[in-house]
Amino acid sequence: MISLRAYDAIVIGGGPAGLPAAIELASCGAKVAMIDREDRLGGQLTKQTHMFFGSQSQRAGTRGVDIAGILAKEALEKGVEVYLGATVLGYYDDRVIAVEKDERFIKMKATAYVVATGASEKMLAFPNNDLPGVYGAGAIQTLMNVHGVMPGKRALMVGAGNIGLIISYQLVQAGVEVAAIVEAAPRIGGYWVHASKVRRLGIPVLTSHTVTQVHGTDAVERVTVARVDDSWSPVPGTERDFDVDVVGLAVGLSPLTELLWQAGCAMRFVPALGGHVPVRNENLETSVDGLFVAGDVAGVEEASSAMLEGRLAGLAAALKLGRGSVTGVMKAMEEARLELESLRAGPVGDKIRKGLEALAREAMAS
Amino acid sequence: MIENTGVATKEDLAQVEPSLERREKGPVAVFECFQEIPCNPCYTSCRVGAVEEFKDINDLPHVDHDRCTGCGVCISHCPGLAIFVVDQSHQDYAVVRVPYEFLPVPSEGQEVDALDREGNVVCRARVRKVQNAKSQDKTLVVWLEVPHEAAMTARNFRVVKDR
Repeated sequence: MISLRAYDAIVIGGGPAGLPAAIELASCGAKVAMIDREDRLGGQLTKQTHMFFGSQSQRAGTRGVDIAGILAKEALEKGVEVYLGATVLGYYDDRVIAVEKDERFIKMKATAYVVATGASEKMLAFPNNDLPGVYGAGAIQTLMNVHGVMPGKRALMVGAGNIGLIISYQLVQAGVEVAAIVEAAPRIGGYWVHASKVRRLGIPVLTSHTVTQVHGTDAVERVTVARVDDSWSPVPGTERDFDVDVVGLAVGLSPLTELLWQAGCAMRFVPALGGHVPVRNENLETSVDGLFVAGDVAGVEEASSAMLEGRLAGLAAALKLGRGSVTGVMKAMEEARLELESLRAGPVGDKIRKGLEALAREAMAS
Repeated sequence: MIENTGVATKEDLAQVEPSLERREKGPVAVFECFQEIPCNPCYTSCRVGAVEEFKDINDLPHVDHDRCTGCGVCISHCPGLAIFVVDQSHQDYAVVRVPYEFLPVPSEGQEVDALDREGNVVCRARVRKVQNAKSQDKTLVVWLEVPHEAAMTARNFRVVKDR
C-alpha cells in the first residue's frame, strides 16, 4: 500500500518561476513541497553566468547562477520540502500526482499546485542533424557551465536570439572558438548589447542565413550555411562551409505543458508564446481550479519575468488556500503585477504583450 | 545597422559620445546602449547622479557628461557590458577602460592588441591597470593606453602570446 503525502501546495519545477512561488507560499505559512527532476535547485538559472537585466528588485546586475543559490537558500530556510531528482509522472482527477524518485513511486496530494516546468529547446531539420556535435544550445551550456566540459574546439551557433548570443560568448569564455552565428531572420532577435559583445570578439553574425546541412562520418566535421530569401528558402549558390566540430541550435523554446494537458487545463495555440499555452486569469490560475502556472510553461519569455510570475502565482495560491494576511498578500500581488507590466512595457516586450493579448482573445472566443 | 550587425553606426555613436573637449578634461563614461530594454543598474550604480533617473525601466540611459567623474563604477555593473570610460587628458596617449570577462588576465604593463567593435585589431595597447575588486563580481575593468586616434574605436583587446 503506497501512502499519500499531503501538502497545502506543491510546486512542480524548482527554477526561476517555481522557487519564488514556493518561497511566497511558505512565507504565508503553507506546507509546501517542491519537486525538481535535477539534482540541484535553480533550473536554467544554474547555467546563467551572465548578469541579469531588469531592476534592483529583480536582482539586476546579479549573475543568474548566484540568483539560483540565493532563492534556493531562501526556499529551504522557509521550510519548503524539496524533492530533488524527482519526476512528476502524472496528474490525476482527485488532485493526486504520481512522482518517481530514487526508483520509488510516491503519491502526493495538494490543495493548490503551481506548475513551473519551463520549456524545452526546439530542433531544426537538416541532413545529419543527428550527428554527435549537433547540440541544443542549452546542452552546450549545461556541459560547460554545470559540468566543466568543453563541447569541442570550434563552434557554429544557429540563432541570434539572446540564448544564441549569450552561449556564443560563454563558448569563447570556455576557450572554444566560435566561427559564426547564423540567424535566419533579417534582424538580430536578442538584445543588441549581447550582439555587440560577441562582435567585439570578432564573431560574425550572419543574418538572413541558415544551416543547410552538416557533414561528417562519426561526428560533426563541417557545416554548410546559405543565405535565405524573403520566404526563408536557401538561395542556391550562396552556400559557404565552416570547419567546426560543434553546431549549437538556439532556435527557440516550446513550453513543457504535458502535465497541464493531463490535468485538463484549457489550452490555446499562440505562436508568440512558443506554442500551446494554458488559458489563465490575471493571477495565473488556469481553468483547473487551484492549478496555477508561472514562467516559460505559461509562455516563453525570460527569467526576470518568470521570477515575478512565480511570485504572483505563489501569492495567488496562498490567497486561495486562505494563508497569510489577505491585505498583505493582495498588496504584494498588485506589486508583482505592476513590476511585470513595467518589464514588458518596452519595445522588446512587444512580442509577449501581443502573445498575451492573442491568448486572451482566443480564450474569449470559445 | 546595429539591429542587423550588432555594431553601432557612426550615427548611433554620435548620440552618446562625450565631446572631445570633455574627454580632454579627464575620464568620462561612454554609454554604448542603443536599445530600449528593461534594465537600469547604470542609474542605480552611479554615485554622483550623472545618470538621469529612469521614468520607465525600458528608457535609454542619459548621462550628464559634465557631472560624470569617470570613476568607472558603472562599467562592471552594466549587464550589457556596454559602458566604457575614455580619458584623453594625457599628452601622449588616451586611456580606454573596458570590461573584461576572459582568461588569461593580462598583467599591468603588458602589451596587448586593442580591438574595435568588430573585433579587428586597431593598434597595440599597453595595459595600465587591471581592476578586479570583489564588488565587480568577476567583471574586470582593464585600462588600456592607446594612441588618441584609437580612443573612440578601441573597445576590447586580445592577449597575444609573445611574438
